[in-house]
Order: sequence, then C-alpha cells, then structure tokens
Amino acid sequence: MASAKHLHPQEAETPVFDVNPVLGERATHYCPGCHHGIAHRLVSEALYELGVADKTILVASVGCSAFAYDYFNVDSVEAPHGRACAVATGIRRARPEAVVFTYQGDGDMAAIGIGESLHAANRGEKITAVFINNTVYGMTGGQMAPTTLIGQKTTTTLHGRNFHSEGGPIRLAEIMAQLQGVAHASRCALDSVKHVKEAKKAVRRAFDVQIAGLGFGFVELLSGCPTNWRMDPVSANRRIATDMIPVFPLGVFKDVKGT
Amino acid sequence: MNSDSGQTPGRVLVKGNEAVAYGAVDAGLQCYFGYPITPQNEIPEMLSTLLPEHGGSFVQAESEVGAVNMLLGAGACGVPAMVSSSSCGISLMQEGISYMAGSHIPGVIVNMSRGGPGLGDIGPSQGDYFQAVKGGGHGDHRNLVLAPATAQECYDFMFKAFTLAFVYRNPVMILGDAVVAQLKEPVRRVPPAGTNTPEYLQSLVRDQRIEGYGARGKAAAPRLLKSVYLAEGALAGRNRLLQSKYAEMRKEVLFERENVDDADLIVIAFGSMGRTARSAIHRLRKAGRNIGLFRPLTLYPFPEAALQKLAPGRRFLVVEQNIGQMVEDVRLAVNGVCPVYWHGVMPGLFVGADELVDPILRALE
Repeated sequence: MASAKHLHPQEAETPVFDVNPVLGERATHYCPGCHHGIAHRLVSEALYELGVADKTILVASVGCSAFAYDYFNVDSVEAPHGRACAVATGIRRARPEAVVFTYQGDGDMAAIGIGESLHAANRGEKITAVFINNTVYGMTGGQMAPTTLIGQKTTTTLHGRNFHSEGGPIRLAEIMAQLQGVAHASRCALDSVKHVKEAKKAVRRAFDVQIAGLGFGFVELLSGCPTNWRMDPVSANRRIATDMIPVFPLGVFKDVKGT
Repeated sequence: MNSDSGQTPGRVLVKGNEAVAYGAVDAGLQCYFGYPITPQNEIPEMLSTLLPEHGGSFVQAESEVGAVNMLLGAGACGVPAMVSSSSCGISLMQEGISYMAGSHIPGVIVNMSRGGPGLGDIGPSQGDYFQAVKGGGHGDHRNLVLAPATAQECYDFMFKAFTLAFVYRNPVMILGDAVVAQLKEPVRRVPPAGTNTPEYLQSLVRDQRIEGYGARGKAAAPRLLKSVYLAEGALAGRNRLLQSKYAEMRKEVLFERENVDDADLIVIAFGSMGRTARSAIHRLRKAGRNIGLFRPLTLYPFPEAALQKLAPGRRFLVVEQNIGQMVEDVRLAVNGVCPVYWHGVMPGLFVGADELVDPILRALE
C-alpha cells in the first residue's frame, strides 16, 4: 500500500483538499476510472459533516464494494448478496440510536436483493441506501445487470441486451419514490464536477432524512466501470452522459420535508 | 391470548408455540423477525403484541430470507434476537445461518417443522433432523440444536438457547414439530434455576458487537463482523477456529435416560416421538419387558459418548418420524458394538403409543 504522507499539505502549501478522516488513508483496490472512490468520498463527507461517524454502522454488500469496510472508519458488518437492507433492518431495530447505511451495487440491490430493498424501504426503515448503478456486474467480470442498457454488450449478452428476451433496465430510484416509507429518492451521476456536487447534496440528504426520522433514504449514483465496459476511463466517463443519463434521468423523485 | 388471571401464579395453559413466545420474552428477547407459516403461527402472532409490551421490536419480514438476515443484523449488534419458521422456511434461512456461523453471530432459530420434502404437509415430522444438525447451509458449519418434547421444554429451552447462542456466538436451533407446537398443556412460567440475565448474555459479546465505535471511546478502532477470508490460508485459519469452537460445544450435550439400567433394549427417540415412545415403553414394562428410553435433548452435540457407554450387551431401536436420519448418528456412535434397529413413522402421520408397541417388540425378538 502506498504511503499516504504525500496526501497531506506540506509546509507553505495551502490545503484545498485533504484526507477525510472517515475514509482514512488507505489506497483502494478499485480499477482506474472506477467511480466507487468518488462515491466513498461523498458518503464519508456526509458522515463527517454530520459528525456521526462514531455511531454509524455500515452494511457491506457483495460485489466490487464488498470490501468497502476496509476504507470506511466505521463499525461494519458483511451481508449476504442482496440482503443488506434486511441486515440493516435488524441493526436498526437492535440499535435505534445508530446511523445505519448500506452500500450496494446494481446486481446486489436491483436483482437478487430487490425484495429486501423494496420492503425495507416500504417499511420506512430509518436507514440510508447508497446504490451504485454502473449497468454491469463488476466483481464477477462483466455480466448483464438489471440496469444494463438495451443493446449493451456484456459477457452474458454478447450481442447486446435484447428487450424481448432480457427485459429492459430497471429504474430503481423511480420505483423507490412510489413507496410510502421512502423519505428521499434521487438519482445523480459521478461523471462531472457539476454532477458530483449535486450528488454530494443528495447523499447528504439521504442521511438527513434518516437522522431526522423521516424514513428511508435512497440515492442512486450513475457510475463508470471502464474495465467491464472495455473502455478507457475518459470514454467511460463520457458514456454516462451520452448513454446512461438519457435512460436514467437525473433528479430528485421524492423528498419528504420534516415538520 | 393467555392471561395469568384465575390461574396458579406462574402457571399457564398454553401451546408449545405460545410457550416459545413466553420463554423468549422471559429470557430477554429484544428483536423478533418472522414470516407466516404453519404450524408455528402462534409464535409471531403472540410476539407481535407481547414483545413491544416488553420493550422489544417485532418485524413481520417480507420472507424467511429477509427474516434471517434481520436476525444476522440484530445478532451482530449483540442483542438477544430470534426468528421462527417451519421446514421450507428454514430451508430459505440456511444461507443466512451459514453467514452467521461464519461470522460468529449469535441468534436463535425456532423450527416447528412440518412434513416434506417440498411443500409437504402441516402434520408432525422429524424430517428436518439433517437440516438442523448437519449445519444445513453451505460450508462446514454447525448449529447447536435443542429438541423439546413438551410445552414446558419449549419454555425452558428458550433460556438455554439464548445462553448457548451468546456463550458460543453461534446460531442455536430449537427443533420441534406440529405436535410439540400445537399441543396445549400446563407450563410453569418461571425461569429455570441458574438462568443468566439478558445483560450478562450481552456482556459476553461486548468485545465483538457492532454499535458505532464511539460507544468504546473517541479513538476506538472500528469493528467488522464478516465471513469472507480471501487471502491464501486465511479461510483455513477461520475454519480451524470454528472447528475448535464446535469441539468445545461438545460439553453441552444433554439427554434424558429412563429405565436404562436393566434394559435389554433401549429405544432412542427425540422430541414428540420420544414422548410417544415413552408411553409405549411404560405399557411394555408393566408387561414385564426390560425396555429403556434414551431421549437426546441436544441433537447437536449428539450424545455419542453416553450411547457408546450403554451399547455393550444391549440392543438399540431408533424411532423417528422420518425416513431414517438420526439412526445414522446412532450407528456412528455405536460403531457396530451393538445391533441398531430402526423404525420410521412417515412424516405427516399422527401415531399413538399403540402403533409403537409392535415395532418395539419386534426389536426384542
């Protein structure tokens, strides 16, 4: 692991960006151009600004972000594939004072775990779910995800996803917004400075509603996966704007204000 | 719902399922997660009011998969938590149980089993013996398994189950059936002697529970509960640790022996079948037959040593309501020292002592 010393401002330098203590100083295992790093940073900034890291519990899922607990300096538990929202429900009921969040990819949350996710949301569990949508299974090598775009080539849709045999991409943020227990549901993208700034606000809001006791907080982050898209990082970044956002519109689909 | 009014203090007339609910609450249950399935429905129905009245949390989950993962979450926090279900529902929980075992997470699982395979029926069955005692889920894991035969044992075993779960940081299963679950009988609703307080149990996992590191001081190191060990050799180490724990569990073995000292034949049966066998044996002893009863109360650990000791010069007959499951463990324990016969009752049938008399006599011939 690389020394983190160089990350800190040296003498006579003015800090403009520093290590976030919630995220720690470890280099991640993520691929070049992957957006998990940005998503991790946004979550850690929300926890840091809210001053709640010391009472936060992370429920890790299965996928590329399975080892998110190696990076977040918070108490963590591993969930079976797809079950993070059920595990988070158990934690929430056992520890009403804690801040609880799940961090899940699209295979984990929108395929195998869609049942647990929708029902936890519908019960209005006071938890926050950070949903990474990169239209592909990353950890297992690039198979079709429920969010894969029509025509997108993956290792299990070599000729492109066909609507007539594989269905179309699931828009989870819109589904979440229909459930009564959901207090915040939004979709953001991590492909540009402007979008990342919007995402930061949305992630923060998804924690705010939990802490205010308003209900389930959900934020979907459109992310790049250059490795499994077989693209260089710059092209992958571009794909988010050209191909993904037209199918997955950005915006806040639901936001309950406190009384 | 049952009320204590008009009854002897501490005495209630309840079904096994209701005794489970009372036992769980009296043992300090804080979180319950479940999903409807017959024949265990009285457990969630009762706990949906009883548990919140005692300051706990009740969740009707979206599925057994959801329920067991809620148990994983609550258990990771180190609070007394449980699920209940029946056979097919327990099959769905096996993934979560394996994760709990791999992560050292305590929790209690009540299985009021039903006939199988598949949807089967809702009658009595002991067809989940393998599923309960051989781990059930993937990987080399073990559950501690308690087999109650009466409503009283349903109540008492809940205390034992929570103690074992926290001492060993492991899933504990209560394996009953439709007879145990539905039979209504008097129960002394008083915690068994030597019962641990819920506070003591929780203190046993103080060093591993997740809670937010601030609970341990501003600069405390974060904690992690997990079952994944990818680095070369790491999983081997984990499994060695689990195996040493399972070896330690062996001292928790419990069984009941009745009239075994002079017995030519010992009938081995667990749960409700142990009860029916006892009635048949009493009848045969009155007729001058030297027959004893051996009833395992823990199915894992299995009382191998006790059976080995009893084997020389005797015959064993295993009576169980399945197609032959516990008999395999008896044969392994005895290792050929004495003949081991088997009588199976088909799952879903209701049999009385009358129907066991002939099979027992045949084993004596």
